[in-house]
Amino acid sequence: MKRRTFINQTIKVSSVIGLSSVVNPTIWQKSYDKHITILHTNDVHSHIDPFPNNHRKFPNRGGVSRRYNLIQQIKAENPNTLLLDAGDAFQGTPYFNFYGGELEYKLMSKMGYQASTIGNHEFDNGIDNITAQLQHAKFDLLNANYDLSNTSLDGLVKPYQIYEVDGISIGVFGLGIELEGLVSKNLYGETKYINPIEIAQDQVKILKQDHQCDLVICLSHLGYQYQSDKISDIQLAKSTKDIDLIIGGHTHTFLDQPSKVVNQAGKITLINQVGWAGLNLGRMDFYFNKINGKGVKDVVIEV
Amino acid sequence: MKTQWFKIIILLCFAVLMSCQNQPELVKIKGQQIAIDSNLTQDKSLEEYIEPYRNAIQEEMNRPLSYTKKAMFKSDNPLNSAIGNMMADAVYDMANPIFYTRHKDSIDGVLLNYGGIRSGINQGVITTKTAYNIMPFENMVAVAELDAQSIKAMINYLGKNQVAHPISNMQLRIKNNSEILDFKINGKPINDDKTYFIATSDYLLQGGDNMIFFKNAKQVYKLDYKLRNLFIDYFKKQDTISSSADQRFVKIQ
Repeated sequence: MKRRTFINQTIKVSSVIGLSSVVNPTIWQKSYDKHITILHTNDVHSHIDPFPNNHRKFPNRGGVSRRYNLIQQIKAENPNTLLLDAGDAFQGTPYFNFYGGELEYKLMSKMGYQASTIGNHEFDNGIDNITAQLQHAKFDLLNANYDLSNTSLDGLVKPYQIYEVDGISIGVFGLGIELEGLVSKNLYGETKYINPIEIAQDQVKILKQDHQCDLVICLSHLGYQYQSDKISDIQLAKSTKDIDLIIGGHTHTFLDQPSKVVNQAGKITLINQVGWAGLNLGRMDFYFNKINGKGVKDVVIEV
Repeated sequence: MKTQWFKIIILLCFAVLMSCQNQPELVKIKGQQIAIDSNLTQDKSLEEYIEPYRNAIQEEMNRPLSYTKKAMFKSDNPLNSAIGNMMADAVYDMANPIFYTRHKDSIDGVLLNYGGIRSGINQGVITTKTAYNIMPFENMVAVAELDAQSIKAMINYLGKNQVAHPISNMQLRIKNNSEILDFKINGKPINDDKTYFIATSDYLLQGGDNMIFFKNAKQVYKLDYKLRNLFIDYFKKQDTISSSADQRFVKIQ
């Protein structure tokens, strides 16, 4: 029954959008009190330049300076925008081999990224290289499930960060994949992996209950889904509550639209991942209204 | 005084009430994915920032290191090829002195994998880019100490698979039915009492390409030397590469 109401509402609101955008777009925009845009990438893998014209799969696609152009366009339209990345910024082109991630982090800083997380390929030149490259990063590197206390990254990586955007507080935390068997021990050193599901529950409690965040976003490098019971974004979404959006990576998954997963509270957690190599930019728009104590209605999700 | 307090309390209540009423609630979410392609113009300032890095890389990539009179592809010949032999011999030539200096032992043989040859080499100038093409990954050279039993498992693997996995300082002849005809390492047959030092890539040591015999290594020595850098250093030392297919791994009809 509830589901039906939800669908009805969705249809109703969609048709209103269609109409109003034709008639008078400004009136429609004003009907929301707050509008937050989340832009995101994952697994860019040092793809600073577009793929060459003769590339078999992605001819002349991607490219950092085009992405930046798009980011600026979107920010001009809505300045209340966060720019996030889900890890594996490193490795994949000679830019990484020659400069060890310096240019990747410098460009992300110039483009105005607020946060990224640690993907497994961030360790490719060793954990101390991540520490060294962080001097070029003007964004937060977030991870909550690696114990880094016996590494050079100790104190440099926060589990979460809260961003205040137009009065909306957005809690962002990071999760990383199990490194054993994926990355050589000599590269990740004393990094200790902790079960991401338990950590996620702790993080959500801190962000939602202690800090009263309006939005909770997880930057995950766990991977979208596996045949085996390896922990994935789908599993994470199902077994937690109060995460509004998981920005995923690692599996280089191209999703036609963000996935809607029913979480522990019976509500929807969204998962989005936009392939790899900077071929796409993900865009999620969150609209808020001040509601006068009539109780919260179902959130309309148009994806 | 009392009324003052009363006023403040009233104001506080009002503020709490207002904040509750004004608490923004999430009402709608929209999601989309935007392609980054040639429909977008390039941001000029970012392009200018990237340019010196790009030019430096291109200059280094195009740096001539060596020369080959003929093109080399891994599929040129059935069980060993000019390019595979060159790569395995390069590992032997470059890694052996390092291994000897550090551990006072010599490498007995080299085993790489056919799948690890990621590109062919065209006739003409060999550049840094050539090394990136044949070895785009970050794998390192490692030396595994194997007993005679594991060496036999390695030979059986090669005989059974009949794939041109590059080898050096070893000779293997197999029969049509993939049985081993004979095998030499360091020019000699296997001595059951000896252990052998096989140089390979850390990828294969971790069980890549199902080379499980490496799992039984008595000891593993990591040389902290990237295979790609090894090839670059090898090319720098050779004026001309003249590797060819030979008799090191053959099938006797």
